[in-house]
Amino acid sequence: MTYFPEEVVEHIFDFVGSHRDRNTVSTVCKAWYQVERLSRRTVFVGNCYAIGPERVMARFPGIKSLSVKGKPHFADFNLVPYDWGGFALPWIVAAARLCPGLEELRLKRMVVTDDGLELLARSFPNFKSLVLISCEGFSTDGLATIATYCRGLRELDLQENEVEDHGCQWLSFFPDSCTSLVSLNFGCLKGEVNGGALERLVARCPNLRSLKLSPAVSVESLNKILARASHLVDLGTGSFAVDHRTDVYHMLMNSFPKFKSLRNLSGFWDASPCCLRAVYPVCTSLTVLNLSYAPAIQGDDLIKIICLCFKLQKLWVLDSIGDKGLAVVASTCKELQELRVFPCDIYGAGTTSVTEEGLLAVSSGCPKLNSLLYFCYQMTNAALITIAKNCPHFTRFRLCILDPGKPDPVTDQPLDEGFGAIVRSCKNLRRLSLSGRLTDQVFLYIGMYAERLEMLSIAFAGDSDKGMIYVLNGCKNLRKLEIRDCPFGDIALLKNVAKYETMRSLWMSSCDITLGGCKALAAKMPRLNVEIINENEETYEFEENLSDLHKLEKIYVYRTVAGPRNDAPDFVWTL
Amino acid sequence: MEAEASYVKDTELRLGLPGTHAPAETRGSKRALPEDDEKSHGKSKARVVGWPPIQSYRKNSFRARKAEAEAAGSYVKVSMDGAPYLRKIDLRVYRGYKELREALEDMFGCFSLGEASGAEGCTGSEHAMAYEDKDGDLMLVGDVPWEMFISSCKRLRIMKGSEARGLG
Repeated sequence: MTYFPEEVVEHIFDFVGSHRDRNTVSTVCKAWYQVERLSRRTVFVGNCYAIGPERVMARFPGIKSLSVKGKPHFADFNLVPYDWGGFALPWIVAAARLCPGLEELRLKRMVVTDDGLELLARSFPNFKSLVLISCEGFSTDGLATIATYCRGLRELDLQENEVEDHGCQWLSFFPDSCTSLVSLNFGCLKGEVNGGALERLVARCPNLRSLKLSPAVSVESLNKILARASHLVDLGTGSFAVDHRTDVYHMLMNSFPKFKSLRNLSGFWDASPCCLRAVYPVCTSLTVLNLSYAPAIQGDDLIKIICLCFKLQKLWVLDSIGDKGLAVVASTCKELQELRVFPCDIYGAGTTSVTEEGLLAVSSGCPKLNSLLYFCYQMTNAALITIAKNCPHFTRFRLCILDPGKPDPVTDQPLDEGFGAIVRSCKNLRRLSLSGRLTDQVFLYIGMYAERLEMLSIAFAGDSDKGMIYVLNGCKNLRKLEIRDCPFGDIALLKNVAKYETMRSLWMSSCDITLGGCKALAAKMPRLNVEIINENEETYEFEENLSDLHKLEKIYVYRTVAGPRNDAPDFVWTL
Repeated sequence: MEAEASYVKDTELRLGLPGTHAPAETRGSKRALPEDDEKSHGKSKARVVGWPPIQSYRKNSFRARKAEAEAAGSYVKVSMDGAPYLRKIDLRVYRGYKELREALEDMFGCFSLGEASGAEGCTGSEHAMAYEDKDGDLMLVGDVPWEMFISSCKRLRIMKGSEARGLG
């Protein structure tokens, strides 16, 4: 291949899409490395501390799209302290200097500031798409600068961010000349919204296909918007509860039938059952339905809507759907690929309304099911074994039995055999979350059978170090391992240290890891950052005085070529 | 010994309605751990940090709306005689008595609410729906227009048919 001119090689590389393939291709020889790096258009950085931003931009000066992830996944559940890190600014600064052609930026679990957003808005003349997921640190002022300076912006997608509300005017900052929006999602904003500005913006963007509104957008506003945006494919409603005797309600009932292209529905923040009827006319063409933020919709109303959705591929609901509702899903939604069932009553006193029966029904009725997130109060081995047989195509299987360490209620056994059946049957399983009573045995199965597993989440499980060792010695494609409240200690941590360089990261909290164990790990593996997160104020000032036997509450270990980070707060020590 | 034991039992503090023998709530199992493990596994199940693993974003949005609705005063407790726990519902989401009854049947169905009968308040010979109004009086559900009902209802009670017959 080295006697082909560069242009030809570059053209061939155009067909090499995935990051991993391109990374592989670049290691073949120097010539290929050069061609590849100059022609690379998309870069994905799974851990913002694995490499410095300047190094990325210097290697790939031509990138148009950059994705960066910051905090560990368990930050979603408040296990990572607020100012741990994950700052976006260095990435924006480096890109502004070295990659001015940047068009797209995707950030997940990072701290983004208004200053960063302003720099972003002013530095990239061709900027088209900003996606922020589970980020924090910015306000509506930052959004206003994006609206002002990003001419030709096509996508502004804000998912589940903590955004400080500094007023509703940011939408008015989109100039009249802005007509390019294709996708606008501000569902996570908590403050008031300027309805008029929103309606005008929607009216002047003929290419708008995806619009997701925040709870503050009234039904009245929604009606006006829907009247102007009949080409929408993806809609997230704003508020969805009005008195059924009003004109607004009647208008709402008549707003949906004309949507020929609508495929995805979400929002429904406070939806009432009578308003939900408005969407019946579009149900038969829906592929995605998210009702997981509508606690007022009970089982029967959910059933009424689901039995119309026979093309549904993705369904997110609350457990108020009940096993009965899931049986309806099973008999109606034959195209279903992804199901998420969230608990309605998190602090509840007792039973939930979905059990293993509901999941069994869906597994039996929906042959294409490959992605699951299921919260329930109980699960049995028998059910899991049957589910594994019914659905060998799972790529993502996350089961959360709400009672930590709960065994099979019928046999009082741990759920080792059930989960074992899942990993044995689902050869393409990439992500797995375990729960319930589990012994080391389940980890033996995982190590043996879960060959494609990339991410594993473990809580309140296992008996001894052997459990963790089985996993580390087994799963050859493991990238992320996150563990909480398990009896795994230094022996497990140190058994297979080379493994961590093949993985993105390891998180362990409330386990039996000691300071001495971490020191040993850091000493053996210089290319890992071994971070100790110590929120106990009494001890962190006396680092030197802590004995090696001191048990550590939280550790985060990740491979890096950037060395220890220079932005770590006081309570994070990198060994 | 036995007399002592029964004395202890009589004065024992338990969760559960008086007259029932429901034991105190012992949900979940203990993990198979050595006794001297000083870790947090013994923590109360209800308040383990970061458990259940639900995004704080989702938790917060529910909490905020629940607080809002509760502040707006439309959430009322619903108790059913014989059930070990109560529920809370937002009366504003229902259009009328029929929807309310259906919703309650859904919620308490596992405790066999019984078939709906003709009369609004009675759900068959087994149970009747009553409510506590602003004055604290126990009233039969169904006598007044729906709007008046939701503004005056402070608490709902599903009563055993035998007790409810006295109400009408």
